[in-house]
Amino acid sequence: MFDFRLVEDRDLIPIAEKVLEGERLSFEDGVKLFRGSDILTIGKLADIVNRRLNGNFVYFTVNRHINLTNICVGTCKFCAFRKRKGEEGAYQLTVDEVLEKVRNSGSIREVHIVSGLHPDWELDDYLEFIRAIREEFPDVKIQAFTAEEIDYFSRKESIPLEDVIREVAASGVDALPGGGAEIFSEEVRQRLCPEKLSSERYLLIHRIAHSYGIRSNASILYGHIESYEDRVDHLLRLRELQDETGGFMAFISFAYQPKNTQLGGSYTTGFDDLKMLAVSRLFLDNFRHVRAFWITLGEKLAQTSLHFGVDDLDGTVVEETITRSAGAESSSYMPKSRLVKLIKESGRIPVERDTLYNVVEVIDG
Amino acid sequence: MGKVLDFVRDKELLPIAEKVFEGERLSFEDGVKLFRSSDIHTIGFLANLVCERKSGKFVYFNVNLHVTPTNICVGTCKFCAFRKKKGEDGAYQLTVEEILEKISSYKEKNPGITEVHIVGGLHPDWGLEEYLSIVEAVREAFPDIHIKAYTAEEIRYIADKSGLSVEEVLKRLIDAGLGSLPGGGGEIFAEDVRKRLCPDKITGDEYLEVHKTAHRLGLKSNATMLFGHVESYEDRVDHLLRLRKAQDETGGFQTFIPLAFHPLNTQVENAGYTTGFDEIKTVAVSRLILDNFLHVKAYWVMLGEKIAQLALQFGADDIDGTVVEEDITQAAGGRAGQYISKKRLIRLIKEAGKVPVERDTLYNVIKVYWEEE
Repeated sequence: MFDFRLVEDRDLIPIAEKVLEGERLSFEDGVKLFRGSDILTIGKLADIVNRRLNGNFVYFTVNRHINLTNICVGTCKFCAFRKRKGEEGAYQLTVDEVLEKVRNSGSIREVHIVSGLHPDWELDDYLEFIRAIREEFPDVKIQAFTAEEIDYFSRKESIPLEDVIREVAASGVDALPGGGAEIFSEEVRQRLCPEKLSSERYLLIHRIAHSYGIRSNASILYGHIESYEDRVDHLLRLRELQDETGGFMAFISFAYQPKNTQLGGSYTTGFDDLKMLAVSRLFLDNFRHVRAFWITLGEKLAQTSLHFGVDDLDGTVVEETITRSAGAESSSYMPKSRLVKLIKESGRIPVERDTLYNVVEVIDG
Repeated sequence: MGKVLDFVRDKELLPIAEKVFEGERLSFEDGVKLFRSSDIHTIGFLANLVCERKSGKFVYFNVNLHVTPTNICVGTCKFCAFRKKKGEDGAYQLTVEEILEKISSYKEKNPGITEVHIVGGLHPDWGLEEYLSIVEAVREAFPDIHIKAYTAEEIRYIADKSGLSVEEVLKRLIDAGLGSLPGGGGEIFAEDVRKRLCPDKITGDEYLEVHKTAHRLGLKSNATMLFGHVESYEDRVDHLLRLRKAQDETGGFQTFIPLAFHPLNTQVENAGYTTGFDEIKTVAVSRLILDNFLHVKAYWVMLGEKIAQLALQFGADDIDGTVVEEDITQAAGGRAGQYISKKRLIRLIKEAGKVPVERDTLYNVIKVYWEEE
């Protein structure tokens, strides 16, 4: 299966042995993997692990992103999306506008809704959108509200997190997205987004959701000011929670996009992107899926990542405004036919899924 | 050996892997098998092995400027979105003074520039004198900058217009200051595809003849292949084999550059952008087949920065240069931008686990970036 003579970076050999034996990787292993540049070995190992879990299948969904508003009281320094109320370019959609967008989206399986923290909106204002979509489109899965939004609803009206999450689910939300995790390391988080919910609270919200049977995804924002140690620490905390609850479906890594942000800096490189995905695959042994978000990676690298541990290409997206505000260069719509072509050409079998990884269609042959 | 080969997932590749380990030449069938395989890890390992046998950990780049003297062109290539007819909206032709001005303003910002890359349209009113005068003027104004100019197609055009032989045209250009030939115009050699793609262009044989003539006159040149349009894997391998054969004869090619087809505004029907997977594979297979080429280039303008960087572990040992003002790919929907800073190039190479080497056109080493800068 694997020959150690082909491992260029000899530091990786003990890690390769662990991976092949199915042993769990340590913090030190994670850091070593990130520090190495032997991308072919790291990628091959991640590919082996991915094939054990998902065979030749690569998942995608036909979905639509909707950002209800960009008006946000938040202060995250990596964000180029938010506007203050009354500021030029600020917008807030109405329920009718949102329904119209969904109607115009063809036969989608998922609506993905994440938005700003609007100073005048309360939980019920947000849920009104969900109820309206749920009523008109009973078959479309709704993935909505990051932990940050859930936390905002709870703090704004002093409603316990448990109740907010129950109400969110009752309104028709099928699963929580992974956004808002950024980087858990307290010290970096303090510099990056001092007013955002704490790492502990992010994990708590997902823990509560999982305890109610609501599944969710997890994420990381990388490529800004964090160290490799911070990345591994982040993965480790997610792995621990997943051991406890098993409620995470997919792990998604967001490459930091520097344009128009207070933080500035530069774009990630292709190597760093692939390493992030491959190391996540190796480290998160209790996550079934590792997803490449083509909007931040670009289509070409996202396709290549299917041989570096990734088994999910996200979806058709349609209208993504958050990362594009920060300079993501991909267009925000990918037709299903293109996703299928990308997956097939990489020698894999495309599987259309819904939000909860129910199989819609295996596109074989 | 048996154990090494256990690593190979696509068992069809086993005999090819053995050949590569032994340093044996690959056949046409081997090339096609490699293109058909999706075992990108094996292909990548093999290509990286061959690359490092030739170049070690070095990855080359240069500080250069592309100048396109005109987009007015009598050509009819269907994959081209750049050419304009004379008098057409958007048509332009630079004067010699404008060309010199471009170079000097770039040189102010990038004093380390070592190369000007000049390729352009086949202008109906230009002949030997016009093409010569550009080279002469640049040579005189910038004696230290290497002039890499005119594809085989342009050389042939100049020869036809002036009634001189290709050899004579090249001699005149060399006297004027030409330093080497770029690789453009290779497209795809297979006659039936070439006829559909660019019926009026020089044939593959003529392309090779121009390069071989240049080599005999002491010029170095590069070679290219345009892929991802209507050609088959067999056509790609055929193309590579013809280049390998010519290189066996003259040894004058420095670098092979696979160019990814860009579909916007072209007349090629039903063609989309190439995918990352196909690009990486094409770089790697080229590295494996072209055993007598020292360098394979990942041209970031066409591949995009991310795939170009990845290609450095898939057989490429050159990432081209800082470029600036590349108009030809841009016209067909190039999405990689036109300028990359030297600092960014160095970072890309270092992150790929390689050692950045700034070179001139002829691969003389200007500086090795061993340490953090």
